[in-house]
Amino acid sequence: MMPLLTTKGLSRNFGGLRAVDSVDFTLMPSEIRAVIGPNGAGKTTFVSLVSGCIQPSSGMIVFDGADITGLPAYVRVRQGIAYTFQITSVFANLTAYDNVALPVQRTLSDGRSKGAVRAGVMAALERTGLADRAHMPAGQLSYGHQRLLEVAMGLALKPRLLILDEPTQGLADSEIDNFITLVREIAGSATVLLIEHNMPVVMQLADRITVFNAGKILAEGTPEAIRENVAVQEAYLGTAP
Amino acid sequence: MSEASPAKAYGLHLGVIALLFVLSFLLPEYYHGLLARIMVLAVFAMGYNMLFGYVGLLSLGHAMFFAAGLYGAGLAVIQLGWSVPAAFAAGLGCGVVLSLVIGLLALRTTGVAFMIVTMMFAQVFYLVILYFASWTGGDQGMVVPQPARVLFFGATALDLTNPTMRYMSALGLFSLVLLITLAIVRSRYGRVLVAIRENEERTKMLGYDTFSNKLAAVVISGIICAASGAAYALLFGYVGSSFASVQYSILPLLWVLLGGGATTLGPLIGTLFMYYVIDITSGYTSAYLLIVGIALILLVLFFPKGILGSIRQRWLGWLP
Ligand SMILES: Nc1ncnc2c1ncn2[C@@H]1O[C@H](COP(=O)(O)OP(=O)(O)O)[C@@H](O)[C@H]1O
Ligand SMILES: [Mg+2]
Repeated sequence: MMPLLTTKGLSRNFGGLRAVDSVDFTLMPSEIRAVIGPNGAGKTTFVSLVSGCIQPSSGMIVFDGADITGLPAYVRVRQGIAYTFQITSVFANLTAYDNVALPVQRTLSDGRSKGAVRAGVMAALERTGLADRAHMPAGQLSYGHQRLLEVAMGLALKPRLLILDEPTQGLADSEIDNFITLVREIAGSATVLLIEHNMPVVMQLADRITVFNAGKILAEGTPEAIRENVAVQEAYLGTAP
Repeated sequence: MSEASPAKAYGLHLGVIALLFVLSFLLPEYYHGLLARIMVLAVFAMGYNMLFGYVGLLSLGHAMFFAAGLYGAGLAVIQLGWSVPAAFAAGLGCGVVLSLVIGLLALRTTGVAFMIVTMMFAQVFYLVILYFASWTGGDQGMVVPQPARVLFFGATALDLTNPTMRYMSALGLFSLVLLITLAIVRSRYGRVLVAIRENEERTKMLGYDTFSNKLAAVVISGIICAASGAAYALLFGYVGSSFASVQYSILPLLWVLLGGGATTLGPLIGTLFMYYVIDITSGYTSAYLLIVGIALILLVLFFPKGILGSIRQRWLGWLP
């Protein structure tokens, strides 16, 4: 089977800092992959490179068999890479409805009808549990709900690869349960790359886990293998047995 | 923004158009003429608002788009002897070409650089008009002769210098542009423009080519401003370089700020209000511009969203 996403020697420097350092990474279709690692390990920078938000210093990104390294971000989105930001960046002055309508109206295949936009928006809002807040300005939603709105916007892009950057930050425990169900559902039609700090969430969702540390991939494997991995425990969990 | 019921939004706008129509029969001669002029200039303001209000791009060079229409139409009539509709189309054509070129160049910049670049281009345009004085009349400008300002429909001649004809033509253009603006801002495209204004990087990450969307907005804005300029030449018969000067780049900004950026009716209200204040104060004192300036400062300080923007914020959230 052909990988959905491959990076080769992907690097990004900020001044003297190598935030992402020669990363070779492979992601298979319809996988749920979790990316974990301590703060500052380079996880957000890595997915920003994949989504096209920032440009690599060197290296190459291949999506669905084609080199996308030089493509602008909006073209990558159209090819099916959706990215939900770690730092919430919903359109604060627009309603939740309008926030989701933007991705819905672009991916709509049947062109004109107003009803289709409404149906698409309400479906995405319902899946994320925000339907009753559709007409609130996004900036007035609670932090957790803004995170969910980000997810709804990503969903509405009908991506082949959905990148979620710490989506459960600020969610209540009950909302986290719903979120886990939602990601499983999404994984039915898309590959999911999930950066997540909440270990129970990671262990429940991930097919495989990639551990980042200091810009490099430290380890990769099944949740069980990663749990047993001594190096990971030292770097990330901070507790050598 | 998109959630107002269509009936309410279109009802309000058609009501405003109907009111302006009725006013034609009620106003004394002086105000009748003034309102015709204000409607044409409000079109200019609406074109400016398209870019400044909805996309958040502050241009200081929109006089060049107005002047492109003004000179495009004026020169077509005076130098080439074209008919009124052909001359109007020539004005629009000049607006399209100019805004496309300016958009392609100026949109490489944003913020303050965009302001400066547009201002420089407008200044170049102004100097070109003065340079080709043998064609354009230089700083004297040109008068479009009355016989050339007649519209023929077969055997019927409509004299645009007749006050009622002129008023109705101005109202026709104003209404058309108002309804087009309303349709655009309520459309999906309008939603994308507002998204670009609010957060351009995020809009890109939803798969939008923001450059192309902004370029289209510059061209729409340019066409509307050129339509205003072309109508001005044909209805009021004067084509002058002062309309290309920096003052006429700043005026539409003031009108829109006064009336309320990103509101469909704000440009009309701002233009009306400014003329009204000038009209009243100039009756009392020769230092009326000072008073206008103070009024503007007070408004911007206490109603930063403009007249209609403040009304929308406090009372009528559904206003488009
Ligand atoms: N735009 C930037 N400019 C400079 N340094 C940055 C920038 N973005 C991230 N960094 C640095 O790169 C490193 C990796 O950051 P990040 O990718 O955000 O880590 P993570 O998401 O794993 O917490 C950090 O040391 C961070 O300070
Ligand atoms: Mg991060």
